[in-house]
Parts: sequence; C-alpha cells; structure tokens
Amino acid sequence: MNIPLFLLTVLALTMGAYALGRRRALQAVGGVRLHSLPGYYGAYAALWAGLPALAILVAWLVGSSWAIEGLTLASLPDGAAGESPAEIALFLNDVRNESAGLISRGEGREVIVDAAAHYDWLRSRGIAAAIAVAILLSLAGGGFALQRVGPGFAARVVVERSFRIGLMISAALAILVTAGIVLSLVFETARFFAAVSPMEFLFGLHWSPQTALRADQVGSSGSFGAVPIFTGTLLITGIAMLVAVPVGLLSAVHMTFYATPRFRDVAKPILEILAGVPTVVYGVFAALAVAPWIRDLGTSLGLSVASESALAAGLVMGIMIIPFVSSLSDDAITAVPTALRDGSFGLGATRSETIRYVILPAALPGIMGGFLLAVSRAIGETMIVVMAAGLAARLTANPLDAVTTVTVQIVTLLTGDQEFDSPKTLAAFALGLVLFVVTLALNVVALRVVQHYRERYD
Amino acid sequence: MTEPSPGARWASPDMKARLRRRHRAERNFRVIGAGAIALAMLSLGVLLVTIGVRGLPAFWTTEIRLDVAVPPEALESTERIDARPWLKTALRDLFPEVSDRRERRKLSALISRGAGTAFERELARGLELDEGVVSLWLPADDEVDLFRKSGGATPGRLSESQVGWIGRLEQQGRVRSVFDAGFLTSGDSREPELAGIWGALVGSFLTLAVTLAIVFPLGVSAAIYLEEFAPRSRWTDLIEVNINNLAAVPSIVFGLLGLAIFLNVLDLPRSAPLVGGLTLALMTLPTLIIAARVSIQAVPPSIREAGRGLGASPLQVVFHHVLPLAMPGILTGTIIGMARALGETAPLLMIGMVAFVVDVPGSLTDAATALPVQIFLWADSPERAFVAKTSGAILVLLLFLIAMNAVAIAMRRRFEKQL
Repeated sequence: MNIPLFLLTVLALTMGAYALGRRRALQAVGGVRLHSLPGYYGAYAALWAGLPALAILVAWLVGSSWAIEGLTLASLPDGAAGESPAEIALFLNDVRNESAGLISRGEGREVIVDAAAHYDWLRSRGIAAAIAVAILLSLAGGGFALQRVGPGFAARVVVERSFRIGLMISAALAILVTAGIVLSLVFETARFFAAVSPMEFLFGLHWSPQTALRADQVGSSGSFGAVPIFTGTLLITGIAMLVAVPVGLLSAVHMTFYATPRFRDVAKPILEILAGVPTVVYGVFAALAVAPWIRDLGTSLGLSVASESALAAGLVMGIMIIPFVSSLSDDAITAVPTALRDGSFGLGATRSETIRYVILPAALPGIMGGFLLAVSRAIGETMIVVMAAGLAARLTANPLDAVTTVTVQIVTLLTGDQEFDSPKTLAAFALGLVLFVVTLALNVVALRVVQHYRERYD
Repeated sequence: MTEPSPGARWASPDMKARLRRRHRAERNFRVIGAGAIALAMLSLGVLLVTIGVRGLPAFWTTEIRLDVAVPPEALESTERIDARPWLKTALRDLFPEVSDRRERRKLSALISRGAGTAFERELARGLELDEGVVSLWLPADDEVDLFRKSGGATPGRLSESQVGWIGRLEQQGRVRSVFDAGFLTSGDSREPELAGIWGALVGSFLTLAVTLAIVFPLGVSAAIYLEEFAPRSRWTDLIEVNINNLAAVPSIVFGLLGLAIFLNVLDLPRSAPLVGGLTLALMTLPTLIIAARVSIQAVPPSIREAGRGLGASPLQVVFHHVLPLAMPGILTGTIIGMARALGETAPLLMIGMVAFVVDVPGSLTDAATALPVQIFLWADSPERAFVAKTSGAILVLLLFLIAMNAVAIAMRRRFEKQL
C-alpha cells in the first residue's frame, strides 16, 4: 500500500465519519432540539477520524528513516558498521544504495548485503505497521466521536475551537519558516567556522574555495576571505542603483505631476511589466545581448572590457529594479500632504520648484526607505549575476572588470557535484547567512524609516 | 515705507529674465522626467524585441527529405533496429561522387544525429513502402538549420563542400523549413535540433501544483487568523513583522533552507518537483498571506456585524460571508504569487533541479527541471543553436506569465465592479 492510496483511504474514512455523524445527530433528535447544526456533528466525527491518521503519517515521514537506520544498526554485531560516526554514516549510505539497487560499493562485504536485506524488511514492515496503526486509530477515533454524538453535545463549540487552533497554527508557521531559515543557516555556518575562522572569512582578502578539494593537493587549504565578494556585490549593486534610482524617481515624479491621466493609465502598467519579467530572462538579456554590446562598444573606444563585466550585470539589474523604485517613490510622494503642495503653488512656485524644494524634501525619508529596500533587492538578486557576472573574486572598483557576488558564489558552491561536509559547501551557508542578515537589517531599517515618517504627517 | 526693491517690479528686465530662467528650468525638468519614462520603456522594448527576434526562429526547424531503402527483413525483426546506416546510405546515394571518407562523414553530418531515432519512430508507426523505399522528411543538423536561418550568410562550422551539398539539396526540393512541433512536445536533448521544452513545462506544472496545494490553504488560514481572530498581542505583532520581513528575504535563501531541511534533514529526493514545490511554497507564503489579508480587510465591517446580529458564530461569519466576498481578491493574489513562482529560478538551483533531464517527469518524485531552469541551462550551452532555443523557451514562459496576469487583472476588474 503506498502513500497516495493510504491518503485516499483516510479521506474515505473521514468522509464516512462525516456522513455517519450527521445521520446519527439527525436520528438522535427525536423531538429534542440539537445543540448544533447537524453538519457540525459530522465534522466532529470527521476530525476524530482524520487527524490521528494524518498525525501518524507525518510522524512516519519524518521519523521513519531515523528509526529504521537505528534498528538496522542495532541488529548488527558491535563494531560491524564501523567505529566513528563518519564510518557509520558511510556504512548506512552503502546500505541505502544496496537497498535501492544502485551500484553497490559493498562487494565482498556480506554484512552490507545482510544489513540491506534487514533494512528492506524493516522498511516494508514499518510502512505496513504505520498504515495499519493509522487506519485503526482512524476507526477508533471515528467510533469514539460517534459515541458522543447526541442532542446535548455541543459539537459546534468543539469543532470551531479546533478550527481556530488550525488557523493559529497556519499563522504561526511563518515564524517556523523564519526559525528554520535562521537555524539551518546558523547551524551550517557554525560548522563552517569550525574549519575557517570568522575573522578570515569576514576580513580576508583572498577567495578561492575551489582549491580545497583533496587533502594532499597543493594549496589544499583553500582560502575563504570574502571581502572581494562583498565589494563585488557592492559594485554591481551600486551600478544598479545609479540606473534605477534616477530613472525610477524621475518617472514617478513625472507620472504624478505632469502626465495626463490617459498617459498614466497606459504608461504605468507598461512599467509594471518590467517588474513581472522573470529574473532569468533578464539574465539571458544581460549575458547574451547587453554584455557583448558593452564589450564591443568598449573595444571600439579602445577600452578593455571583460566579457562578464560588472557594468552589464549592474545595468540590467538596474532596469529590473526601476519599477520597484518607481512605485515606492510614488507611495512616498503621494503621502506628502496636499497642503504643502498647495502652499508652495500659492506662493507662486512653479511645479518643478515645488517638487524640488517642497515635495522631495518632505518625501525624502520615504524615498530613502524605498532606496534601502531596492538595495536589499539588488543584493539578493541571483539569476542576473549568475549568468552575467564573473566567477573569479577580484578586488576592484573598475566596472569594466568581471567581479563576483555573494549570490553567484552560493550558486557555484552548491551546484554540481558536492560533498556536503567540506568547507567549500559550508561556505555557501555562511554567505547565505551574511546575505540574510544584511537584507533583513536593510528591511527593518527601511520599514522603520518609512513608519517614522508616516507618523509625522498623519 | 521704503521704495519696493527693484526685484519686485514684474515688468523690469531683471525680473523678466528671471522668470524666463525659471520657466526654462521647468521645461527642462519636465523633459528629463519624460526622458526617464521613455528610457524605462525603451529598455523594456529592447529586451522584448531582442528576445523575440532571437526566439521566434526556434519555432521553425529544417528538414531534409531522404529516400530510405528499408531492408525487408528489418520489418519483421522483433529486435531493436538501428536505422542510422540506412539514412547514411540514402544520403550517399544522392551524392554518388563523394568518395573520400572524411567527406562522407561530413555528408552524414548534414542530418541530425537524432534522425535515426526519428526514423525508427516513424517505422514503428507503420510506413508505406514503395518497392522497399520510403520517402521521409528527417530533421537536419542544427548547423544546417542555423545556416538556412541566417539566409545562407554565415556558414558557421559548415565546410564549403557541405554548403554546396545543401544548395543542391535545395534545388532538388529536398530541404524545407517547418513548424517545429518537437520544440513544444519533446524533452531536453544534447542535440539542439531535438531539444524541446515539454519536459520542463511538465516539471514546472508539477512543481506549481505542489506549491499551490500547500500555499493556498495555509496562506488563507493564516490571513483569516491574523485579520479576524488574532488578539492584539506581542505574539501577533511578532507574526506580522515576521511575515513582512519574510516577503523581502532573497529567494536564494529559501533555496538554502530547502537544501538544508528538505534534502539533508528529511532526506527527500533531489531534483524532484515535490521538493521544488515545497521550497517555492515557503517563498510564496508571505506574499499570499499579505494579499489575502488585504482582500479580507476590504470586506466591509457591516457584513460581519449583520452576520453576528443574526446569530452566526464568528467562524460562521468568516466562512459563510467574509471569505466568499474576499475570495476574488485572494484568488487574484494567488495567481500573481503563482506567476512569480513560475518565473523563479534561484531556489530551484539550490535543490538540484538543474540536472540534465531527458525524460518527461511522470510523478512528484521523478527528477525534473522547470522552465526557467531549462532557460538557464540552455543559455549556458556552448552550441550556437541553443541561443534561439533559449529565447524561444523565454517566449513560451512569457506567454504563460502574460496569460496568468491577464486572468488576474480580469478578475480584479470584475471584483472591483461588484463591491
């Protein structure tokens, strides 16, 4: 019995419980007034029939591999699987491969074949047992609920309370996700810092993780000084901001103060399209179109331009962020009270004077907040830089050079063949943690700035 | 009172000059603003035109007609047959003067390396043989295709003799350009002329199905709780701040989360739509919660008061009245969130959906790739022909996004009319 079939069975049992509960409630009326609508008695029975079975399933999915591996190891004579945790992990991996019928590394090692057989047996028995227990629980739960159905029973109260708890759990899940992000990043980063000192990582000037492949290799230590990556990220982000902020801000101003409503109705959605284009499309555009253009232009001017120049990636990223900046500036500008605007006009200022001397200074905190959010967006942007920026970490401020970014390094370190425990892959998590902390901080500061500003005028 | 300063006399030449200067500044400012909008639109236009010009040829492919002699015993044999030698013979028969071995190899290179498989497929479907010979259109090599699409201008890697052969085949009416159905119906391939996006499309579909199944119930429940039931407390504030911050976390961080939790802790299969869907669900959840909250807020309080006044319980009010009224807005938000998830690439790279997958995925745990990832993979391929394929796949992706957004906009319009 596989999992989809099992889910269907539970679904059928739950629906059956609903129908029975409802009918029982209606039968039990006999002149007395029911406390709740009949459907609630059905829902009550259905909850009792469905939830325990699902709980068993979830427990099985989460805990089964751990339990089965433990039991497999326990069935072996002492020391057969190896002494150190690493050996045991390797052994279990062999057992799993053997059981899956993949290329067996355990040739000549009878113990692995036996263990794999035991593993298979445990697994099939385990699934069968879990399903049997789940179905029994479902039946028992449904039966128990049906026993309690009667005119005096306040089914609605119970059902609604469980629904509310369910709603609350869904809302709390967002916290769980954050906790998951923080825990997984921090945990892996701690392991990384066990191998590489945090000082070297944060302040080192040399980044070349690829050398740390084999212990006996020349230069096998690898070096994890992330400063060139941070400067590369800043360079590309800076170029993007130089494009996005003036264009975005000016187009927001123009839309609000000069454009006719007809023009606005057409132009705004067109700018929004820029925000809806997937980043991988911008990546293709940057790598296959913009970068060659810039290189050709540079060559014709007598400059040497790297084919993966920071300029190309930054320009395209800037284009991507234009609508973001524009809509945030728009919010900030429209939040300025009209009294300020009218006062300025009343004193005889032209529109551009009003904008430059009254509106923009008043909207500045909001615009700054939007600017910070745009920076955080640019730092976290991945596909454009993966496709159009370089791989080699270089400490340079020349926009025509190839630089690399935090996100590019995360992707290169984690795609392709990887062993999970090497500092090389763990470094990606450390970079991820830096990325998470920085974007989070920018975000919190930006929201503070915007909120503070709102309070001043309301 | 003293005399008014000369600057305040509007008719004075000083003042007139000043006014002119101010009006000029006004005009300039206006032009600069219009220029910014024009620049943004121009970028969009260049982007779309570049992709369109490069991508449209991907929907056409070149075929060569060959008269293939099929040995009679091959039709009865139950073993797997290899049709490639027959095709080579058929091609050689057209150019009997080519005898040099190296030249012959170049001749065979005109047809696709996958032409043999294509022929075998036709054979399995049943062929009408005319005295043991069948005339069939077979896919040409991608270099031939590119040569013809460039209007015969850039021979690329084709040799002079190959260009001459193509010319003669064209004179005989043996070369044609057709709509490339294979681009839409087949999976990935190392041979550009055979590579298609169907596998990636199915992968994207399965991934999004998982995402939707998780994110919709969870997101709506969370929004209902926060809007209708949550007491004002620290706990609720924490959840709210959390959701807002999660919405701004870079997508690649969700990829790291998926890698650490779903692959390393829960041991789920790599490259599977199941894991991709779970990861994208975590990423989309905050966005959906925010959208759902906004549309629940938009339901007028009088509806709730009337419901409560008629004796409905709080939960009944929500599920019978508020939610149905908020649903169009929630669905609009969901579609927009799904469109974003469809275009998302970075988190899928983290959980290994970048593998070269030829087969069309059949279940949630098969190895699969998604459409944007396919675009990324093709953009990285060295063969020139994949450039067109990349842009062609982008056109398909954009088409889906436009369709989804159009539905969302149409729904929003109808919803706005209702309230």
